Amino acid sequence: MAELLNFELVAPDRLIFSGEVEQVTVPGLEGDFTVLAGHAPVLSTIRPGVVDIVVGESDTQRYFVRGGFAEATPQGLSVLAEQAIALADLSREQLAGEIKNAEDDVADAGDDATRTRAQETLNHLRQLAEAL
Amino acid sequence: MASLKDLKNRIASVKATQKITRAMQMVAAAKLRRAQEAAEAGRPYADRFDRVLGNLARALEGNDIGARMLVGTGKEDTHLLVVATAERGLCGGFNSSIVRLAREMAGKLIAEGKTVKILCVGAKGHDALKRQYGRHIEDRISLRHVRRVSFADVDEIAKIVLSRFDAGEYDVCTMFYARFETVMSQVPTALQLIPMSLPQADGDEDARTAQAGPPAAYEYEPEEKEILEDLLPRNVKVQIFRGLLENAASEQGARMSAMDSATRNAGEMIDKLTLSYNRQRQAQITKELIEIISGAEAV
Repeated sequence: MAELLNFELVAPDRLIFSGEVEQVTVPGLEGDFTVLAGHAPVLSTIRPGVVDIVVGESDTQRYFVRGGFAEATPQGLSVLAEQAIALADLSREQLAGEIKNAEDDVADAGDDATRTRAQETLNHLRQLAEAL
Repeated sequence: MASLKDLKNRIASVKATQKITRAMQMVAAAKLRRAQEAAEAGRPYADRFDRVLGNLARALEGNDIGARMLVGTGKEDTHLLVVATAERGLCGGFNSSIVRLAREMAGKLIAEGKTVKILCVGAKGHDALKRQYGRHIEDRISLRHVRRVSFADVDEIAKIVLSRFDAGEYDVCTMFYARFETVMSQVPTALQLIPMSLPQADGDEDARTAQAGPPAAYEYEPEEKEILEDLLPRNVKVQIFRGLLENAASEQGARMSAMDSATRNAGEMIDKLTLSYNRQRQAQITKELIEIISGAEAV
């Protein structure tokens, strides 16, 4: 049995998940990354996407998160998201709203770097919508 | 001396008032519990945010990061005061103590020759400030339709605060709200939002940072500067959100204790009125008896 990782998912209005898990995949701004116990300290902002929590062998939880950051320390990982919804509770309409937001972002982007980033987010969301 | 009928009417009306204040107290107590839970549930997020941002800022100390939200615009000429109060009255000194603090600050700044702009959140603050500082009030935001403060409600306020800062309309932003200590005590607080006031490194914090290892060892993704630029506006939102949550709990706490003492006062008043009502009734009975007896004697 591998060492367990202390993980916390926190939204502004409550603590959503807190406990020991095997691994967590975080949608970082520059790409998804997976955190296991003993990960090097990292601070990364997140883009809209899905946090994949592997609690145990047959127990995984997935949350849609938007806006915030992930902080990995030797003690564990905390993800602070402005919005976090269990994927099971996420409706198509909400996702459609998110996609529309992302489309606006692409349209409003001032420079190439932000546009590329917004476009990536949009693609990611579209994939998610198809998968749902 | 009021007549018996008058006294009876007064007792009835005080009783009716007491019923209302007691009901308000109970409603406030129920709402307080929810608001308190919300305020407590919001603390982990704000605390962690503070800590990470503090670490980040310390790690970047000395570098010329140019994040205006952290270091300020280099001058302190224009101040924006965000005064967060309740939408309703009847909650003791809650609104007036926040307004008093804001008024003192505004008076001091104006005396120093600085420009003061005021943003009112909640109707009561606006009502109280408009007479003296009416021309300083830039905008007002109503939270009347909000039953329970959610993070989305903060968007509107944060947008105003941030866009005005970006437009260079002010240099320093301070928020006024009441911190919830206990049901009996709410502390009016002034919190500087921009430039951000870093959490003071007290003993508790030292222990935590020592535990977490040196913050400089972080790997940042993307660059520190970019993260900071992303997090600072979010921090303003988080702080406003926390202020509003604390405010909601404080308001209900203040209302509950105000209504509790109002109910008690009404009780005392009823006792006093009942006493004089009984005395007067007794006096009247005695008077009638005397009249009957003396009438019988005269025959």
